[in-house]
This record gives sequence, C-alpha cells and structure tokens, in this order.
Amino acid sequence: MIQIQNLHKQFGANRVLTGLDLDISGGGIFAVLGPNGSGKTTLIKCLLGMVVPNEGIIRIDGKEIKGRWKYRQDINYLPQIANFPGNLTVKELFHMIKDLRQKAGDAGELITLFQLQPFLEKKLGTLSGGTKQKVNLVLAFMFNSPLLVLDEPTTGLDPASVIRLKGLIARERQKGTTILITSHIMQFVEEVADEIIYLLEGRIYFKGGIKALKTKTKQNDFEHAIAAIATSQDHG
Amino acid sequence: MGKILKYSFFDLMRSRWSYVYFLFYLALGFVLLFLNNDVAKAVITLMNVIIVLVPLIGTIFGIMYFYNSREFTELLLAQPIRRSSIFLGQYLGVTGSLTLSLVMGLGIPFVLYGLLRSGAIWDFGLLLLTGAFLTAIFSALSFNIALKHENKIKGFGYAVLLWLFMAVIYDGIFLLSLIVFEEYPLDSFSLVATMINPIDLSRILILLKLDISALLGYTGAIFKAFFGTGLGFLLSFSMLCCWTGIPVWLLVRNAKKKDF
Amino acid sequence: MRRSIGILLLLLVFPARPILAGTVPVCPSCEVTTIGEGIAMAADHDTLMIGKGRYHEYNLVIDKPLTLIGLEYPTIDGGDQGEILTIIADQVTVQGLHIVNVGTSYTTDFAAVRVVESSDFVIRDMKLEQLFFGIYLEKSSRGLVEGNTINGDALEEFNSGNGIQLWHCRDVVVRDNTVRQVRDGIYLEFSDRIRIQGNRSTNNVRYGLHFMFSNNDSYEDNYFENNGAGVAVMFSKQIRMVGNTFRKNWGTAAFGVLLKEINDSEISRNLFEENTIGISIEGSNRIRYENNDFVKNGWALKVRGACYTNTFSGNNFLHNSFDLSYNSNLNDNRFEGNYWSGYTGYDLDKDGVGDVPYRPVKLFSYIVNRTPETIVLLRSLFMDIIDFSERVSPVFTPDKLFDTRPLMKKVP
Repeated sequence: MIQIQNLHKQFGANRVLTGLDLDISGGGIFAVLGPNGSGKTTLIKCLLGMVVPNEGIIRIDGKEIKGRWKYRQDINYLPQIANFPGNLTVKELFHMIKDLRQKAGDAGELITLFQLQPFLEKKLGTLSGGTKQKVNLVLAFMFNSPLLVLDEPTTGLDPASVIRLKGLIARERQKGTTILITSHIMQFVEEVADEIIYLLEGRIYFKGGIKALKTKTKQNDFEHAIAAIATSQDHG
Repeated sequence: MGKILKYSFFDLMRSRWSYVYFLFYLALGFVLLFLNNDVAKAVITLMNVIIVLVPLIGTIFGIMYFYNSREFTELLLAQPIRRSSIFLGQYLGVTGSLTLSLVMGLGIPFVLYGLLRSGAIWDFGLLLLTGAFLTAIFSALSFNIALKHENKIKGFGYAVLLWLFMAVIYDGIFLLSLIVFEEYPLDSFSLVATMINPIDLSRILILLKLDISALLGYTGAIFKAFFGTGLGFLLSFSMLCCWTGIPVWLLVRNAKKKDF
Repeated sequence: MRRSIGILLLLLVFPARPILAGTVPVCPSCEVTTIGEGIAMAADHDTLMIGKGRYHEYNLVIDKPLTLIGLEYPTIDGGDQGEILTIIADQVTVQGLHIVNVGTSYTTDFAAVRVVESSDFVIRDMKLEQLFFGIYLEKSSRGLVEGNTINGDALEEFNSGNGIQLWHCRDVVVRDNTVRQVRDGIYLEFSDRIRIQGNRSTNNVRYGLHFMFSNNDSYEDNYFENNGAGVAVMFSKQIRMVGNTFRKNWGTAAFGVLLKEINDSEISRNLFEENTIGISIEGSNRIRYENNDFVKNGWALKVRGACYTNTFSGNNFLHNSFDLSYNSNLNDNRFEGNYWSGYTGYDLDKDGVGDVPYRPVKLFSYIVNRTPETIVLLRSLFMDIIDFSERVSPVFTPDKLFDTRPLMKKVP
C-alpha cells in the first residue's frame, strides 16, 4: 500500500525526517506516534504531497507520488487543525468538496450521526471548534477511499462524539481500509490501533503491535511503554 | 482550476471587503463627477487615483486574501487537485473580483453621467484596462510575497513597502538620476526606467492618450519614435503583459516547491 | 477695415473711368483659343470669358485693367515652365480658374498668380494645384483675395513655396481661402493694415500663418491645424488676433502661436487646443490676452525672456499638462480672473472667485525645462507631492506669480 524509502526533509536548519523508511502493506489501523516535533505531521503531509521531501521516494500502490496529484483521489484526510473558508456555509462546503473530488460521497448519514443538521446553513466562520471538527470528520469519512489519514482526530470532540468516531473507524477497518492515525491520547490509540509506528529523530524507531512494544519495553502499561521508548533512547 | 476560481470568486464576492472596495470606487466615481461635473476632467483625476490606489488595493487585498485563505488552501491541497490550479484559481479569483469591483464601481457612475455619449469613452476604457492590469500585477506580486513569508506582519510590511517603492520612491530615484546625469543622453534610459516599473508604465500608457501634446515637446528621436507612433502603445502593452505573466509564472513555480 | 472693403466694392462696381466694357470669349473651339491671345487683343476693362478646357500656357502678363472669368474652371497648365499669371496693372480681376504645374525653381519664386505694384485687384475662387508659390502679392494695395483653394504637395521646407504671400502690401483683405500643404499657408512681410479672415490653413510644412515686420494687421476667425510649427508672429505691433482656432500642432518646436517681439497687441477669444505649446511668448510686451480657451495643450503658455506688462484675464485653462512655464523671475505680467482647471481652492464667500490665489507655475515645469527627459514623470505621484510642497512654500518657482482672483467656474 505505502512504501517510503530514505525520506529526508528539513525546514531550514531543522532536520525533521532523516532517512525514514516505512512499509505498510495494507489493511488495519496504524498509529503514528512520537514526541513533539518528531515529524509525524511532516510524514503525513509528505504522503499527501503537501510537503515536498528533500530526498526519498514515496510510493502508494506501487506508483511514485512525486509530481502527481490524482492519487489523492484515493486518500481521505483529516487535517489537524480544522479551519475552513469562513464565508461558506457547512452545506456549501460539503457540496464544494464533492464537486472538487468528482466522487460520490454520502454526507447525509454522517451529518445525522454528528447531529450537524442545525448548522448546515451556518457559515463556517461562526462555528465552535468542536463543531468544526465534526464537519472535518464528515469530510474525511464521506468518501470511500482505500487510505484514510487522521491527524489528531479527537481534538475538541465531546466524549459522545469520540465514541461515534471510534465506531466510524471500526467500520472503515471492517471494509479493509488502511488507516493512519496520529494522536496524543494514548488511551485512544491503545483502543483502536493495530500497529504502532514510533518516530524518533526523524526515523522509525519502532514498528509493531502493542504487545510487542510492551514486551520490548518490559512495561505492562501502554502509556508507560511509550514513555519508556523515549527514555531507552536516552540510555542508548 | 475553473472550479477553484469559481469557489474563490464566490467566496470573495461574499466577503465584506469586496463590497467595501466596490462601494469605495462607486463613491469615488460619484464624488469625482459631482465635483467636476465633467466626464473629461474626471477621467484625468481618475487616472491619478488609478495608478496609485489600484496597486495599493491589489497589494493589500492580495496579501490579505492569501493569508486568510490559508486554511482553504490546505483543505484544497489534500484534495486531488493540481497545485498550480489551486493557486492560479485563487489568484484569478482575487484579480477577478477586484477588477469587477473596479469596473462596476467606476463604470456605473460614469455611465449614469453620460459616458457613453461623451468622447471620453476610449480614455475611460483605457483607464479601466490599465486598472485591471495593475490589479493583476500587484495581486500576483503580493501573492508571491505571501508565499515567501509565513509571518503575516512581515509579509504585509514587505507588500506595502513594495507598493511604496513602485508608486513613489522609484520615481524619486528616477528623477534624481535624471537630474544628476543630465549632461548625458538620457532618452533611452528614461524609457527603459519607465518600462521596468509597472506603475510608471501604466502612467505612460495613459499619458499617451491624455498628454500626448506635452510628450511630443521633447527633442529626442527615440522619444519621438516611442510616443509619436503606435510603437509606444504596443510596447507598453506587451510590457504590461510581461509584468503580469512573470509574477504569475513565479507564483506557480514557487507554489510547487512550497511546503504546507 | 469695413470701410476699405466698401471702397473696394465701389471701385469694382463703378470704375473710376466710365468705359464700355467688351467681352472676349476664349475657348478651344472659339475664335480665340489661348488666354495669351485674349489678353493681347482685349481692350482696357474688357472681360475675358474663358471656357472649359485645358490651356497650356505660362508667363501670361496682364498689363491692363482686365477681368478674367473662368467658366466651369478651365485649367491652365504651366507645364512646370515658370510663372502662370503676372498682374502688373491696376483694377484686374481674376476669377474661377484652375491653375496647375507652376514651375519650381531655387532661384526664382514662380507663382500661380503674382500681383506686382498694382492696386484694386481681386483674386477670387481660384483653384491652385501642383504649385510652387500660390498667390504672391508684392508692393500692391487695396486688393481682395477671396475664396481661393490652394492645394499643395509640399514635403520639405527648402523646395516649396508659400500659399498666399504678401510682401510690402497695404490694405489687402484675405478671406475665406483654404490653403493646405504648402510651406507657409499665409505669409506676410512688411505688410500693414491687412485683414486676414475666415481662412483655413492646415497641414503646411512650416507655418499655418507667418508674418514679420507687419503692423496694424488683424487676424480673425481663421482655423489653423496640424502645421509643422503652428503660427509664427514676429517683430510686429498693433496686431489683433481674435476668434482663431489653433489645433493639433505637435512636435518638438511646435506651438499654436509663437509671439516674438510683438508689442501692443490683442489676443482674444481664440481657441488653443492640443498643441505642444499653446502660445510661446518671447520678448513681447503690452499684450492683452483675454477670453481665450487653452484646452489640453502640453504647455498652455511658455514665456521666455523678458516680457513686460502683459495681462491675462478671463481665459480658460483646461486640462493642460502645464498651464505656464516661465524661465525668468522677472514678473511684470498680470494674471487675474482666469479659470484654471487645476485650481483646487475654495470659495467660501460664494462670489465666484476662489479665496486662495492660484500658482500656475509648477515646480515640475521648472524641472522639465532643465532636464527635458523628466517629462516621462508627468503626473506621477512623486511629482504631485513635490509640486504640492512647492506650491505651499515656493522656492524655485516665481513666488509673486499667481492669479489672485482665480474663477470657480469656466468663462462661458
């Protein structure tokens, strides 16, 4: 599904990715974790073509993505910060994205799920953070795509919505979608993730199941296990 | 690109600023005509306004829009759309809506005051065309600045500085160098110096219509060839096209390399 | 002036010596087939009726009081040999002839019609083409040149002649003629009490009207357009220039009117439109400029050298690139009660006169005088700012030069 070889990216003097290699064969939920500034968002943005890598090759479904744009047809993306053009209404936004993607999408069910009906005619600029995130979620889940990228999906959501979100993720997994998630909520990650991809200093430091991680770090608790990776690095 | 243009334009047409500019030009048109009561004279006053204010508005609006639509841009970047389409679409949206505000805002009062029946219609048309060019040029330049500078305050500062330089400082330096080197033949220099500043270029283009009698008072043969024939017109227009084309091309080129 | 025309008409209708005038018909199929023959056989005060046809003749000398009348514009073709008609007698009338192919020479000024030391002549409704000089009056008086059409093909100054030329003449009326594309449309030298009226002089290589050393003349309701340099008026006094139009004289040294050493004259109700310079004034004194319209000129007025005691009032200065350029600080000239489209003052007491004076000299015009290339900065924001500051506190421009009573509304 996704092959990344020797990915380098630096912003000015700040080297964010330093020869990252990653291979995700497909299906399942992959949690991309790592300390702040470890390059999680950069990695995701490279994947989406929003950040242009200095070096390295990214292949999706065997095709290199450099200079191409059509492959994004098959990626659904939930950005970290949900900001939209303020003059559009929620309904127009949905309509516009459908129009731009030229793809059938079903927003109706999701709108009901997140109880967005009362906001449909409102301008996006007037919405609260949580509501915006719900709109964001609708956009990410309304199309059928083999790859789903969620950057901090739980930000600003109330507990009920988080439960609904988990439901949606589970449903996507059923369909065989590959899902990449970044999150700071370890509980959430532990609950949904099949595999952990741990980034440190611009490389993959650990990739594997939660169990393997716990074994490796000799911790019983997931959160502690994650914390331990970073410390073991300090020792090593 | 068409779709992006459509949505940008749509978005802009709803924004308060488009109305502010439209109303501003509308008010300006009426006030000028009310004060002068003479279409021909108002056209001259308008020229001063256009070559100074239109670039300023284009610059400020361009940079504001770019920064404000960052989210929209990022949303679009994740969609299956070519990058150049996104930026060109937005750029054309800005230019289009500004030009529309300009043409409608000034056109309505002048048409109501009997422009269509007056001899000034060509001068006025040229004025609007030049205004459209200046809008296109300065929004493209400001888009480039905004693309280079993430920091809004910095970008804004540079953009206003650019305008100030082109509109005032450049001419000051130009004038000084003409006076300092007055013993040398200066006609080619002064024409070239005029060509490389789009504001001066537009001014000359309008002068060719309004003040041709004064321009022909100068002795230089190059001046004569330039102002006395269609050459000046043709050259000015092609330069304006270059001035629009090059920043737009730079915009597309830089946008492709840019990280978001 | 009017009286002199009256006298002229009287002379024409009741000639001084009562005679029994005969008629001599000339035409290709007549008894007399050439004009030369006709002139030779005609008695004094006879009329030659010249019929339609083409007459290849030149150097025709009219040496007795005759009337030549062309019927349906017969053509006299000079075949580029020399002068066509030379009038050396008084009381000659020439009318309705079409003259072509006047000889060109660098040594002799061949003319289509020349009048030498004669009086009481009338030259009327002639059509002159392919000419060198058109109508050449020398040392003649009490004549009328009226309704002639002179259509030249001059391209260069050095090998062309003037349309209507007056040299040492008195009391001549030149009116309603059309002159185009010759060297000088109408040229006067040492000619006094001449009345030039209602003529159109356009597209001439040098001047539409040119006169020197000619006093007490009047120029009224003439139309001058697109002449190489405009109209030049030099070394003369007591001139009246009223109701003329000067348009579209473009070029480095082009002007509507050049006044050079003209004194005690009147220039009023003229229109100066789209000229590089409206009026270029050098060493001219005691002239009244009243009720003229200066529209869209490069410079409405350009004053060089010493000009004293001129008054400018009731003029409209409309949308000129520069209203006035002035190269000396001497100022004995008065600007009062003009309308300036560039005036931005106010009129709080509503008397129709602006409450702050108007300074017609811009700093920029001073700069352009010094460094002509700076003209490309015309109407730039930078120049406007500089001009504004100069206007607030004059440093370079003459600080006493202003219109104390600028009008708020155009002079009708």
